Order: sequence, then structure tokens, then C-alpha cells
Amino acid sequence: MIVKVSDNIISPLGTTSAENYAKVKAGLSALRRYDGLWGLPEPFFASLLDRNAYADDRQTIDEKIVIDSISKALEGTEIDTTWTRVLFIISTTKGNVFLLDERENGFPKERVRLGMMAREVTKHFSNPNEPIVVSNACISGVCAQIEAMRYLESGEYDYVIVCGVDVQSAFIVSGFQSFKALSQEACKPFDANRCGLNLGDAAATIIYTRKDEVSDNEWVACRGAIRNDANHISGPSRVGEGSYRALRVALGNLDPSELAFINAHGTATPYNDEMESIAIERAGLAGVPVNSLKGYYGHTMGAAGVLETIISMQAVDNHNILATRGFDTLGVTHHLDVTNQNRSTEKRAFIKLLSGFGGCNAALLMAKGGLR
Amino acid sequence: MIKHQVYISPNEVKVNGKSLTINGCGSTILTELYRSQVGDYPKFFKMDTLSKVGFIASELLLNAEGYRGFEPREDRAVIFFNRNASLQADTHYQSTIQNPENYFPSPAAFVYTLPNIVTGEIAIRNKYFGETSFMVIDDFDEKIIMKNLENAFQDPITKSIIGGWVDCSDEEHFEARIFLMEKDN
Repeated sequence: MIVKVSDNIISPLGTTSAENYAKVKAGLSALRRYDGLWGLPEPFFASLLDRNAYADDRQTIDEKIVIDSISKALEGTEIDTTWTRVLFIISTTKGNVFLLDERENGFPKERVRLGMMAREVTKHFSNPNEPIVVSNACISGVCAQIEAMRYLESGEYDYVIVCGVDVQSAFIVSGFQSFKALSQEACKPFDANRCGLNLGDAAATIIYTRKDEVSDNEWVACRGAIRNDANHISGPSRVGEGSYRALRVALGNLDPSELAFINAHGTATPYNDEMESIAIERAGLAGVPVNSLKGYYGHTMGAAGVLETIISMQAVDNHNILATRGFDTLGVTHHLDVTNQNRSTEKRAFIKLLSGFGGCNAALLMAKGGLR
Repeated sequence: MIKHQVYISPNEVKVNGKSLTINGCGSTILTELYRSQVGDYPKFFKMDTLSKVGFIASELLLNAEGYRGFEPREDRAVIFFNRNASLQADTHYQSTIQNPENYFPSPAAFVYTLPNIVTGEIAIRNKYFGETSFMVIDDFDEKIIMKNLENAFQDPITKSIIGGWVDCSDEEHFEARIFLMEKDN
């Protein structure tokens, strides 16, 4: 079985997983409005890290928070990152893309290449293996965990360190603005008045290993799948094709009543949330509680799949189904069990669901103590 | 097991090791290949260079496989690696926002600033509902790529993969080394 060894989240809400979970449970968010930031002509709502706190002349902010997050996740483990049987997988959509800006001259331009950014990280930890960067749009964080499961299952590595990261910039914000995908206020996942997403900064790490036996308190990554809509490169399928198929594989023969919740993508764009409601119903999961964490963090892109898996594990550890911050009245055509209140649960499994540009979708089944 | 292979560079195109005769070189060969080998998919002209290279390479590969039924299927994955991610599209998009006096970001340019779009283009063309994935390593490494693709057969449905290397640093510099791989037994 593929078992979680440890985890960490660096976000505007905190620098440990526990601190992040406590803030989310209390309903807090760092989302706020930014006017004129980075010279952008339109204001935007986002959850951003303090850039000055991570200023460095050797490492970019992306590299720095990845190294911080992995270092914190390694604390208290017996993992020696110089071992050849430790693999690093970085999940990111845009990495150091800000280096393309002509005004940026603090770092070598080659660091815009994702592989070079990842090598900065493995160099820091003296790891001898070539790092793999998963860059599969907004589903990267779940894809990276699926890759980790496969590398461990094949026996090639004993530990895989998965770190998801994205840091917002004029490049990313202007692009989403051009799509008219950003909300001018805090986002409202699955709500009738939802009008777009917010973006956010974060790095999040999960370390996985393989074990034959697990205790009741250990988290097991059971199975995951990646599926394409085969429909459109920038809009989700009207019938939720890829998400439905990914959900079906992730669920497998598990009875849906075993699921505490589905942690959806829930970006709060009109099309995404509607698509997810269709896919969840098609997969026979309409009775399972659904939540979205975008109202706390915004969309953290390459970090989202890792960060949201960690917060969801913390929630199950605390017998909690987290509230969907920003939600008020259901605004999707297929019924979903969403609320803006925390709820209690004794169930021990959840599915993390994501979808992204390029028509890609991913689902991952996590179970505490494994599947019985 | 590898069934068919395609190689494309600005100077050479090979299908299963046999060179194709192509007029021109550089970016014009992609359009040339489209006209001689595809012809019925005008969306090609909207694509960024990375997507064009991957799309054309996949068309040559599937033509070599033979039957093109375009029936929906979930058992075929599209998994690519490269070095430069979406650098050509990124550089182009950056030029649209660099100058405040000449600021014109567009969704059509922004969407290609994700390297996995090429896998989506191939899935759409062929109605593949299977896995699509994109990964970046800083140097071409056949061992890493082959190991990763073998691992991808751990998916319970995947039976074949269009996989390999599709890279592009600008309109004139690109390379595809892709193949069709089938699950053993």
C-alpha cells in the first residue's frame, strides 16, 4: 500500500499543515482585493504570500517555498534525501514564469525552465536523481501523487517527495483576466451567484512510501485516475465526461456510503462547478457531501491538488467535513450536498477531484487505515 | 511493446525509421506535413508550435498504425515529456503584456501557455477519453521516459500509449520522438 509519511503546507494562512487546517476550520482566508499590483490595469482578488518575506538573491520565491515546505515535511522523518531511492516530483503549471518579464534580472533566465527550477530543489537536498516535473495544468497536484504511487508500486523508489507550487504573477493574472475567469470579489463555489475564481500562492508537500501493513491511523493513497474530456482545450465537457470517468476509476468497488466527502475542484467559475455537479451525479455520488476549499486559498494551481488533499486528510483526522466558504445557495443544475457550515463525520475516506485546461481531469481516493 | 515510431525535427521526418521526403525546412515543414498527411483538421492552424509538432507527429503515428475509426475510447493514453514546457507560447504571451502602451492579452494566446494542451488536442482529434499527461525533465532521457510510460500501464483501463518527447523552444526549433506503445500480453 502507498502510505503518507508526512506533509506540509506553506500558504498565506500558515507554514504547517496543522496551522493551515486550524485557520480553515475557523473560516479564515487571506483572499483580498489588489488594485494596481504588478502594474496590472484591472484589480483582482487573490490570496498572496508576502513577497518580501521570501526575497532572496539565490533562489526565486517558488524555489524557496518549495525548499521550505519539503524541509518542514522532512522534519521528524528518517529520510535521507541523498539516498538514490528517494525521488522528487514537483507539480507546477508556471514555475518561474515571471523571469520572462524583461524587467526581471535577478536570476539566470534558464531558471524559467521547469526542470532547472526542480534541479535547484534537488541540489539543495543533495538528491542524486533527476527530478520529474508534472505540468498538467490545474490537475498537476493530483497527477503528481498518482505518479508517486506508480513509482513506489513499481519498487523503483522507497520514498517519493511530492511538492506542488505556484506563485502568482502578472503573467498568470492577466491571462485569467483575459478569459474573464476571475471574480472581482471572494469566490463563491457552487453558489447561484458565483462569478469566477480567485488565484492563490502556495507550496504543499506530501511524502509517500510503500508498506505491506498499515495501522488504523495511517493515510493510504488507494487509487487515482486521469481522464480527458476529448471535448475542448479551454472549456469543460458539458456532460462531465473526463471527471465522471476519473471518479469511476477512483471509486472502484468502494460503496459511496464509505466516503466522508468529495473535495471538488469547485473553482467558482460557472462552467467548472456545473460540470462537476454533472460528473458527480453520473458517477452515482450525488448523496456524498461535497466541498471546495477555493474560498480559503483561491486556486493555487500546481499546488492545489496537494494542498487540498492535505487539508482534507486533516479534516477527516478531526472528524470534520469542512464548510465551503463563500457558498450560500446551490447554483448548479444537478443536486449536490454542499453547505457553508462545518459538519461532523466518522467516515475515513474521501475523493479529491480536479479538472483543468486541455480537457484533463483527475480523481484520487484516500482512505485512513486503507480500504477494508 | 513499441509498435510504431515517429521522429520530427526541422530537417528530418522519419516514420518507423524511414525518412519522408519533405519540401522545405524549419517551421514550414509542419504546414507541409499537415497538407500532405492530414488535410482535414483546420484547427491545426490555430495551434501553438508545440501543439502543431505533437499533433502532426501523432497523425503520422496513427496513419502508420492504419485504421482511423475515430471511435471514442478510454484505453489509450497520451503522455509526453519535454524540456521547454510551453516556452514558445509563454514568450509570445509575455510579449502581449510586456508593454503597458501595447497591452493586449488574449485567451487564444494564454491557453497555449500550458504544455499539456498538446495532449488535449490529440485527445480531442481522436476522441480519447483516456489519461493525458505532460511532464518536464531538463534533458532527454530515454530511460526515465520508458520507465514512466511502463508505470502508466498500472492504470486499470490503459492498454496503449502515445508517448515520448515533444519539445519546442521557438517556432524554428522543435523535436518530436514519439511512439505507440502497447501493454504486454
